[in-house]
Amino acid sequence: MAKDLVKTLADLKEQEVIKIVEDRLKANEDPLKILEDARKGMEIVGKRFASSEYFVPDLVYSGEILRTVTEMVKPKLSKAGEIKRVGKIVFGTVAGDIHDIGKDIVVFMLDVNGFEVYDLGVDVPVQKFVDKIKETGAPIVGLSGFLTLAFDSMKQTVDAIKAAGLRDKVKIMIGGGQMSDEIKNYTDADAYGKDAMAGVSLAKKWLGVK
Amino acid sequence: MERKLGEMSPDEKQEALFARWLSPKDSQGKDLKFQSPQTEKAYKDRVTRIKDAIQMKKLPDRVPVFACPSFFPMYYAGITPQESMYDYAKCCMAFKKFIMDFKPDGHLGAYVPGTGRALEILDYKLYSWPGHGVSPDASYQANEGEYMKANEYDALIDDPSNFFSNIYLPRVFGALEGFKMLPALTGILEMYGVALNFIPFGLPPVQAAYKAFFEAGAEALKWIGAIGAWNDEIFAAGFPIIVAGYSKAPFDVLGDTLRGTRGIMLDMYRQPDKLLEAMDRITPLMIKMGLGAAQMSGHPLIFMPLHKGADGFLSDAQFKKFYWPTFRKVMMGLIAEGAVPMPAAEGHWTTRMEVMQDIPKGKTLWMIDQSDIAAAKKTLGKVACMFGNVPSDLLAVGTPQKVKDYVKNLIDTCAKGGGFIVSNGAFFDQAKVENVKAMVDFAKEYGVYK
Repeated sequence: MAKDLVKTLADLKEQEVIKIVEDRLKANEDPLKILEDARKGMEIVGKRFASSEYFVPDLVYSGEILRTVTEMVKPKLSKAGEIKRVGKIVFGTVAGDIHDIGKDIVVFMLDVNGFEVYDLGVDVPVQKFVDKIKETGAPIVGLSGFLTLAFDSMKQTVDAIKAAGLRDKVKIMIGGGQMSDEIKNYTDADAYGKDAMAGVSLAKKWLGVK
Repeated sequence: MERKLGEMSPDEKQEALFARWLSPKDSQGKDLKFQSPQTEKAYKDRVTRIKDAIQMKKLPDRVPVFACPSFFPMYYAGITPQESMYDYAKCCMAFKKFIMDFKPDGHLGAYVPGTGRALEILDYKLYSWPGHGVSPDASYQANEGEYMKANEYDALIDDPSNFFSNIYLPRVFGALEGFKMLPALTGILEMYGVALNFIPFGLPPVQAAYKAFFEAGAEALKWIGAIGAWNDEIFAAGFPIIVAGYSKAPFDVLGDTLRGTRGIMLDMYRQPDKLLEAMDRITPLMIKMGLGAAQMSGHPLIFMPLHKGADGFLSDAQFKKFYWPTFRKVMMGLIAEGAVPMPAAEGHWTTRMEVMQDIPKGKTLWMIDQSDIAAAKKTLGKVACMFGNVPSDLLAVGTPQKVKDYVKNLIDTCAKGGGFIVSNGAFFDQAKVENVKAMVDFAKEYGVYK
């Protein structure tokens, strides 16, 4: 009897995960079912991170295991698996700041919680945020920044969203190194999230997701 | 007669380094000439105040106050970070204005910007700097990557110097590509070794790399000429610099610039023993690096920027297994020779305080940022002087009154009985001038020990 992929992935047992996936592929199982189990495993990882049972290294490692699983399964996929997403979020580290560790953690957590995240990367020009909001119609924007110079970049980004007439269509959260509620007020964002879990709760609250 | 270093206890060695800091040399190695007896007194009062706070034996006359910005002095003086990295006179002007206007007891000197031209000559890839990957108005920032691959632990452990010269440097400096061809210098043993091992040095790529090396060296010398003269002037005016040099926790050495955050975190699962072995190997090098700087500058404080051990980055068990043991060993190695480690715990380190208080009393100085300072005072603060905790966001968007209220509460909470220094908690670029001023002035006013 094959071991449970969901649990094995959630427990970060890399070698066992690979073995299970190999066996299931050999048995000609539907690759989408394997991916669905992997996704469920990642969901547990996210929950354990939220409850401080797991920490950043565990997220990084689980992401790595998932990547391996996806690569193994990909050649067998006939059609792209459609995962139901609960809502869209445009995310990025603001102009002038190239820090990505914090941003990547929040994006990871949003992703495993079912959000469709458009990650614009780091040092994102103001206009790129505006364009992506227009293109995707995402109702939530996440601004990340580590440096104190990001205070002004965030403010400028929010200003540009206002100027584009989009401010009442989106909720904006900020987070990162030196951010706070004071900076939320300064930038005129809607909320400050002190960590990745706070970011997920905000997104869920704003979209009415339970 | 002065006792030889070898015969002194760690306490005596620390006193000897503090004594040298109290009576500084100028950049030419002669006794520093102060501007006036008043500035000499001001300098010595400041160093003594800081020393008393660190040693926790005697109450200082008042709570000392530091101002430790990143690129704030540039914006304040009206120049860009880019200008400060290329025009050393402008850089010095900006830092001088900062020191003279704010008058902190301790500061970090004018070292932060460094030399942009040398980075250009070397084609440095590890950082983006103003005008090179980030805007001329922004501070430099690191480009994380796996500059050491997962399968290269043995190469690092076998011969760290050779790993750096032949593998790491060619990866982070485009102009040093040719160093890949260097021989191991330990092969130059006798007659045969000479002819064979010098062949690579004749090859054009190696010669080109050395040419860049020399040019960058010449530029660095030009830079330190400006900075050295600036130091003389600022010391003479009564303002000591608080750091002599730097070292790092071995986990950060590997996690910041060698394996990168992602790399080191995967290694914790896939090859934990290699990671531990490599950190052990690096530990004595980090001790030597700090001690060399302390001896050369005649100054005990060795800055240690802490990164990957922050709250959330590791579990408690991982912190105890991977981060703390070699970090502590580096500190203990520095302390044994009289140096004072100055770890900077930027971000949140609240959950680490219990573990980190396992150090001898009065031998270290900690920069604390957003950690719970009241809790830290009851753990780490019992054995170590702390500075910082005035938040960047408050300095950037708060009001002078809010800053004063914050500093008042900080002094009330932490300064009783000594062992505390008021300061910003993170190296800042943006801040309101009046807020920085309020922090320094109010600390001086309210921090007097009665």
